[in-house]
Amino acid sequence: MNLRRDVFQAIADPTRRAILLLLATSQTMTAGAIASNFDTARPTVSKHLQILTECELLAQQQTGREIYYYINAKKMKEVDDFIEPFRQMWDDRFNKLETIMKKYKTKK
Amino acid sequence: MERKTKVNAENGKQEIIITREFDLPVELLFKAYEDPQIVEQWMGTKVLKLENRQHGSYQFETSHEGKVVFRANGSIHEFVPNQKITRTFKMENTPFPVQLEYLEFEKLTDDTSKLTMQILFKSEGFKNQLLQMPFAQGINMAHNRLQEIVNKLKSTL
Repeated sequence: MNLRRDVFQAIADPTRRAILLLLATSQTMTAGAIASNFDTARPTVSKHLQILTECELLAQQQTGREIYYYINAKKMKEVDDFIEPFRQMWDDRFNKLETIMKKYKTKK
Repeated sequence: MERKTKVNAENGKQEIIITREFDLPVELLFKAYEDPQIVEQWMGTKVLKLENRQHGSYQFETSHEGKVVFRANGSIHEFVPNQKITRTFKMENTPFPVQLEYLEFEKLTDDTSKLTMQILFKSEGFKNQLLQMPFAQGINMAHNRLQEIVNKLKSTL
């Protein structure tokens, strides 16, 4: 249950989406290679990788001393096909609601 | 922006739970559900009828280029200002059976509130069908980015 929620948090972040996009193109990469694509500090990138791995969007494979990351295609597809458009629809509606009511408040 | 709306649709259950926290006092959040003119604005649908009371009913209608594309109605079972609305929801001219919706409004602080919407379906199958409907209007940038990722992924597999 919590796992599924984490997936949405995982793909909400632009850096994490960029990591997924990067790995979708390059297949497998080490943490260092991934980090070299971003201006963000290495520990920040590591944190993002950890979150993506915890919610199973990424998987790891150890080869010698290096850990390689790759996309868990099954999980990505599940997120994309299944709930995300529905969630997005409600998110858009609620964002609108919030904007309208903030204006309403200041009008009063 | 932080993704604030959460959808929980567990396997094996015939319900969906949608939660969202708002930077709004609970009174204003509730008002957005109570006032038909405001509902029209954020739901993007016309409100034909909205009787906010026990045993009341409502009807929504959405048109596109002059043609009615969506109509839904339901009856209101509970209406407690700033606390809860319990209602049914039926999409007209679709095979979907009626759904039961529990809406709970919660005050978090003076300026923030939380909405929990529990939707119960006739079966898990109908729940999955609803989730798979094309929600074209809801697909925004973030989703397009994700689609881009998945497309790339498909082409490399």
